[in-house]
Amino acid sequence: MRLKSRAIRLKQDNDVNTDYIISGRYKFQIQDPKELAKYVFNDLEPDFLKRTGGRSIIIAGSNFGCGSSREQAPLALKYAGIKAIIAKSFARIFYRNAFNLGIILIEAETDDIADMDELELDLDAGTLKNTTKDFEVKFNPLPEFMEEVIRDGSIVKYFNKHGGFQF
Amino acid sequence: MGKTIAEKILSNHAERDLKAGDLAICKVDFCFGQDGTSGLIIDSFSELKNSKVAEKDNFCMVIDHSAPSPNERVSEIHNKMRSFAQKHKINMYDIGCGVCHQVIPEGGHVTCGDLIVGADSHTCTYGALNAFSTGMGSTDLSIIVASGKTWFKVPETVKMMIDGELAKGVYSKDIILHITGDVKSDGCTYKAIEFSGETIKNLSMDARFTISNMAIEVGAKAGIMGADEKTFDWLEKHCRKPCKPVRSDDDAIYSQIKVYDASKIVPMVAKPHTVDNTATVEEVSGLKINQGYIGTCTNGRLEDLRIAVSILKNKKVHPDVRFLVAPASNNIYLEALAEGLISCLIESGATILPPGCGPCVGTHQGVPSDGEVVISTANRNFKGRMGNPKAFIYLASPATVAVSVINGKITDPRGYVK
Repeated sequence: MRLKSRAIRLKQDNDVNTDYIISGRYKFQIQDPKELAKYVFNDLEPDFLKRTGGRSIIIAGSNFGCGSSREQAPLALKYAGIKAIIAKSFARIFYRNAFNLGIILIEAETDDIADMDELELDLDAGTLKNTTKDFEVKFNPLPEFMEEVIRDGSIVKYFNKHGGFQF
Repeated sequence: MGKTIAEKILSNHAERDLKAGDLAICKVDFCFGQDGTSGLIIDSFSELKNSKVAEKDNFCMVIDHSAPSPNERVSEIHNKMRSFAQKHKINMYDIGCGVCHQVIPEGGHVTCGDLIVGADSHTCTYGALNAFSTGMGSTDLSIIVASGKTWFKVPETVKMMIDGELAKGVYSKDIILHITGDVKSDGCTYKAIEFSGETIKNLSMDARFTISNMAIEVGAKAGIMGADEKTFDWLEKHCRKPCKPVRSDDDAIYSQIKVYDASKIVPMVAKPHTVDNTATVEEVSGLKINQGYIGTCTNGRLEDLRIAVSILKNKKVHPDVRFLVAPASNNIYLEALAEGLISCLIESGATILPPGCGPCVGTHQGVPSDGEVVISTANRNFKGRMGNPKAFIYLASPATVAVSVINGKITDPRGYVK
């Protein structure tokens, strides 16, 4: 599986919590995920969508997605067009939630990737190429079960296909 | 090789021998959602093929985050939950019952040795009852509702040993704020914490819940305590499930051991806008406040209300301050009424809110204005948390909040507490 996009670097690098991804006041007001996506990162950087429209890979520092268990956070990101997040580390509830929805999550060193850098992600090879700066980052491949969930598109699709967990 | 409490409970629920790092499918004893997460649980459940509720007694829903409903959109979510509960004969705790993390243990759904999953990050609260209890998202929950199981990566455990006597005016909230400032918001990510030591043993169950509740604020999967007579007494009053206490082995392997001297801990606050941005109350003393809040799954229990009343009795809230109090459950509300606590609070100038999350999540009740400062007993102070990204939230113990609302500024409770 391959993915190409220019990088999105958020204005805050570490500890981006799920309240910042989608505020509690929107998650109770809006049930349609397409509508919800319009308010992604609203409290952190209100111009996020205008600034990053069309790009699909977020680059972050450590502890991305900490705090509340709200699945509206990765859901809003998914409907805002985000396909992959590459961070030094993730908070665990967000990691599960985003993965369940089919968002690709990679733990890797991200310091040298700047906003707008051209990136090429290759899941099978376990590599992230930065073609703007001409370097490559290697990452550990996902466990087989998780890779299959990503291939199936979501944990629900995986579950329906296999009738349960297969490991 | 010895095992931690987390390794033992997860092994028992996978019916095989597990150690940290293993992936396993585990049977879940009880799971739940609240009104911020249940809408998506129901949507995801309906997408599952041939979905049926695996064990209707092992799942419930609680309306607490935005309750009673402030508008028609929230009402729609609440009614979606009610219809689902009716259709599948699911236990439902509707508005006014209280915060899920008080209602669920009070309702007898959790005991020692249990594996509990909630669609709420503060599900780690029931670690105080010697359970492995953790938060997940709505899709994970829907799969547990349908199958009774989920997958786990068995976490490593950080042991936190807390010994020494707390000074007057210092409480369990100060201990956990001190720890949060020390290990930081990602200090225990992917890990379980075992809280142990004499200080924990000497705390009441109400005070222990406060500590386990905030384990997620350092990223932990669970914040577990051993079981003792206090645990058993509490369970005897609330739970009929067979109790299966689990203790860690003496030769259990921990990824880290942290030692804290409770006698050195002083009243603490978390400053805006992160929970690990801690300071001593002394350092921020004198800062003017506009609103105080005592309540939430962290500090809305009977002992918290008693502490507040011991300070506020025959005193008045500062005229420039709005003071909100929400008992964590209707049982606590009734007990507080019977003890005369509620009338004392009202006489001092408090506004009593219905049992539930209150203004903690910023969906209703007590949204601060631009530039306002709030001191709250909640567990999160992120920008926008209480509904306004231009407000400033300080987290503290009920005693610190009570003293501060009298003085109209952040005040160290030592000296006010006899």
